[in-house]
Parts: sequence; structure tokens; C-alpha cells
Amino acid sequence: MEQDWKQSRGSFFTAFAPPAFWLTLFFLVPLAIIWAYSFGKNISMTEVAVTGTLSNYARIADPVYISIFVKSIVYAALTTFLCLIVGFPVALAITFAPDKAKAWLLLLIMLPFWTNLLVRTYALMAVLRTEGYVNTVLGWIGIGPLPLLHNNFAVVLGLVYVNLPFLVLPLYSALDRLDRSLLEASLDLGAGHIRTIREIVIPLALPGILSGLLITFIPALGSYLTPDLLGGPDSQMIASVIERNFKRANDWPFGSALSFILMYLTFFAIAAQTLVAARRRKAGGEA
Amino acid sequence: MPFPLPTRRGFLAGLGTAAVGLSFGLSGCHKGSGKKINFYNWDTYIGKTTLKDFQAASGIDVNMSLFANNDELFAKLRGGNQGYDVIVPTNDFVQRMGAAGMLMPLDHAKIPNFKNIAPEFQDVAFDPGRRLSMPYTWLVLGIGYRKSKVQGVPDDWKWVFDSPMYKDRIALLSEAGDLCRLVFKYLGYPMDTSDPAAFRKAEELLIKQKPYVKAFHDDNGQDLLLAGDVDIVIEYNGDIAQVMREDPDLNFVVPRQGSQISSDCLCIPKGAPSPDLAHEFINYLLDAKAGAEISQTIQYPTPNAAAKALMPATYRDNPVIFPPQPILAKCEYAKYAGEAISRQYEEIITRVRAA
Repeated sequence: MEQDWKQSRGSFFTAFAPPAFWLTLFFLVPLAIIWAYSFGKNISMTEVAVTGTLSNYARIADPVYISIFVKSIVYAALTTFLCLIVGFPVALAITFAPDKAKAWLLLLIMLPFWTNLLVRTYALMAVLRTEGYVNTVLGWIGIGPLPLLHNNFAVVLGLVYVNLPFLVLPLYSALDRLDRSLLEASLDLGAGHIRTIREIVIPLALPGILSGLLITFIPALGSYLTPDLLGGPDSQMIASVIERNFKRANDWPFGSALSFILMYLTFFAIAAQTLVAARRRKAGGEA
Repeated sequence: MPFPLPTRRGFLAGLGTAAVGLSFGLSGCHKGSGKKINFYNWDTYIGKTTLKDFQAASGIDVNMSLFANNDELFAKLRGGNQGYDVIVPTNDFVQRMGAAGMLMPLDHAKIPNFKNIAPEFQDVAFDPGRRLSMPYTWLVLGIGYRKSKVQGVPDDWKWVFDSPMYKDRIALLSEAGDLCRLVFKYLGYPMDTSDPAAFRKAEELLIKQKPYVKAFHDDNGQDLLLAGDVDIVIEYNGDIAQVMREDPDLNFVVPRQGSQISSDCLCIPKGAPSPDLAHEFINYLLDAKAGAEISQTIQYPTPNAAAKALMPATYRDNPVIFPPQPILAKCEYAKYAGEAISRQYEEIITRVRAA
């Protein structure tokens, strides 16, 4: 039985205070400064005055920036969708694998995290480039070379590759908790495998699926390295524009405003997910 | 398949801010006098033994860290100097940082090796009287190309800016200021123009050319060229000279319209912990032998006449490293034109990439 935190306030706060202090000092305070900058303007090359102006946000209304945001959202959504298509069978397979194999399979999913993202991206470039491994093999059977690198295809492929574990792991934990007897009952009562997945597995695992989608979508939306290194002239996502404003354009207020629009979008996605989950709980409670 | 090692600006550019922490563990090797300076430099931009030789000669340890581009250098020092003694900004950033009051005036009495510098680099428009900076290298942008895939010598900016001829085989520099200035040069405007018509025309030209462009590269164009991803690329002469040692099918030309010449300079940022030792180090880097050792490694043109004299003919007479004088006469230094213009460059590129 879980204990109510109010029954042991002392130990609760002892455990809670250090991380709270850490997060406040190194996360919330810097974030608040960036937020304040987004209402500021440049008064010299190295100084920003927070004047409360909304002009930075007004500038984002320019169709160019709107279109970059839309493009980033489309890339992130497509990435998340592809991750789901690829990741769902993988998570399902791991769930039903023998216990011994399970640990190894999960390790394989997490293995890429042991290597730095930049190194993995450069490796992917070596695989995809005109004289890379894929095109070399295709060359043996008389195909190609295909344009695999420096285009939107490469960006989405790279994003799916990078973000897949973020979806597989929560999916797995959602699927693993399913009551197997429900699946057996469905199969016994004459439903096929596909129908069982559609009508039993997916509805029961939906909260896990939704949170998996969310934690894939959010980092994909803010991707910077992948579109920058794998992309072509078209593949500009919002994080590159933010970087350019902080560094090359030396325009921190505008860069801050762009960052915070991205934050608001993220909050919006989380709020939507929470709302859906709450509605489901309510519907479940009434049923 | 060749595995090109990204050089100078290329690899670190990808790392972005993550590159900040890279440093070389030279400081731990010698206890000695305990004299130490922090040197903030580009990647692969120092001689193989330069820092060790300096340590042996002076007893000063040099702790070198690396930055990927001038913007990173500027952003790092924007909030105040965290302990760098010597930095290596490019000429327009010497101007910009000078204007922002971030640089310390140099004491020429402590840099007697200044006499080694070629006369044309002793006094320059971006730093009159060399008050704030000492020349370290110079470099010129041009077109790097694969001889077997390109017709003749592509000595015209047209081939990268205004022609479908090499569709999908072109890589342009992603550095907004450099790219815009080169387009201005091609369009016949002065490179430091602030004419709105020039900006509009540059944007239109780049949007028109974009379908034929394979990639905007972060100063790793030599790698794309070497790996066969593209056949024609805007790059610095030194970068192409480095990969030409590996692949004789590559070459470099400065287009006939002229180009942008740059000079990376040694400066002391305000707030440097040991300005005296920093002067000593700068003086050492301008020494003839030390300079030759650096040029030997990095293959960039040197402004150091005494060092150049010590170099073999393969370097001195290399037309890639030292392009012919008549074409150099048409090249201009980038000028720092103020924050508003810098932001306009970035906006153009954002628009072009989004179009």
C-alpha cells in the first residue's frame, strides 16, 4: 500500500529538496532568463534590455517562420508515425519473447545510447553517401547510385533512427503490463490475431502508446544535428534557426522568442495528452 | 571508400556548442614554473610540435581549447572572458570584437617578431596600425572541384550561383555573411554593400539556384568533395589544399570576379589572466621557424615572410595556397558592417532555406 506523503513530511522533504534545488538553480532560473530575454531588445552588441516588448513574438508571425514551424511539426509527426509503425511490432515481439531473450533485446534497443549522437550521425552519413555502403552494395547489382544523403528522406530516416528507442521502451512497458488472460480469452472466443491487437491490445495500451508518442514527438520537434548534417538545402528545422539567431545573428531576444514558441507548442502537446488521458479515465470510471 | 578526417572547422562545426569543452592535456605534463596560458584556437590550426617547442623554450604551458567558428568564439566571450589569454578571430570579428570593446590593445614592444610579417599585412584596413591583432594566417574563398567531373576550369561564380549545369553536384557554404558577400561580388556589387536592391537580388538568385544545390555545408565542403558527394564546392583554399594531398583529382580556383579574402588573427581578449605571457606566446608564433612549422602542418598561406622563406617550393609556389597575384588583387576583406547588416545576412539565408 502506498503511503500518503503527508504522513511523513520530514522524510518527504529531505528527499525532495536537493533535486528541487538543483532543478530550480540550473533549469528553471536559466529558463526564466531566456523567457525574460524573449521580451527584450538588443541595446548593444553584448547587452539585452528586458523591456516587455512583444516585437520578437510579432516577428515570428512572418510567414517564413510560420512555415518553418509547420515544416518542423510535419517532420516530427512523420517521424513519430514511422517510429510507431516500426516500433509497435518490435515492442510486441519483445513482450512475447522468452524472459532470457527479453533482457538482451532491450539491451539492443538501448545500445545506440552508448554512442554519442554526433558520432552516430557521421556513421549514418558514411552509410548513405553517394559512395557509401548502401550505394556500393546497390552498385554490385547494377542499381544507383541513389541520392540518399542531403535530402528530406535522409532527415526523416535519421530522425526515425535516433528516436525509435524513445518509442519502443514506453510501448514495451505498456504492453508488458497487459493482462495476458484477456488476449487468450479474445483468441479463444474466435478473434484473429489482428482483431485481438486492434480491439484488445491497442485500447488497453493506449495511455502507454500516447505517452510514447509524446516523448518521441518532442525531441524530434527540436532536432538540430540530424537535419543540419543529413539534410539538403530544403531541410531547415526550427532548431537551426534558433541556433543561428543566438550565434551568427547575435540576436538573443529573437532566438529566445523562437525557443519559447517551441516550448509553448510542447506544453500544448503535453496538455492535450493529459486531457485525453483524463477523459479516458473518466469514461473508464463511468463504464 | 575514403574516410576523410574532417579538418579545421568541419568536425567541430557539427558538434556546435558541445565542442566547447575540448582541450588538450598539455598542462599536466610539466610542473616547472607553473606559468600557464589558455589559447583558444580553431581545430587543426597549429603546428604538430609548436606548443611543446614553446614550452621547452619559455617554460610556459599552453592549454589549448578549440572553437568551431567565429560566432561560437564571440558567444563564448560575450558574457565576459572566462580566462582565455590568446584567441584567433577572423578579420571581421577582430573589428566586431574591437567595436564591442572585447579586445586588449597589443604592446608592439613585446612583439619584436612583428618585423617578420610581410609589409602588406603590417597595416590593414580592418585594424589600422595592428593595434589589436597580429596576423596568423590568411585564406581566400574559391571553388574546389573534381577535375574529372567538371568541364575545364570553373573560374566563374556562375557555376555555383547561377547555372543548372552541375545540378545536385553543388555545395554552398552555409555561413550567411560569406555566402551573401560572394553573391554580391558575383552580381557586381561591392562586398560590403547595404543596398536593399542587392539584398533582394541576392535572395532571388539563391532561391532560383537552390533546386540545383545538393547541400549547404558547415565549412566541411572539402570532405563532401573528397567523398564524392558533390563535384563543385565553395571552400577555403587551405581546406582544399589539405585534401588535394589525398586525391590528385581535386583542384581549386579563385573565380575571375574575385573573392573574399580573410585573415585569422592573434588577439588578447580583455580580462586575460596573463597578458605578458600572452604577448610572449604571440611573439613566438610569429617567429620564422615556429611559423614554418605551423605552415608545414596546416597548409594555409602565411603572412609571415620570414617563415615563408623557410618553406619548400611545393608550398611557396603552390597556386592553390598562393593564388596568382592578379586575381588576389580583385579580392576584398570582409568588413564588419554592423549588427543590422549581420542579421540581414542571416535572414536571407533563413528565407532561402525555407523557400
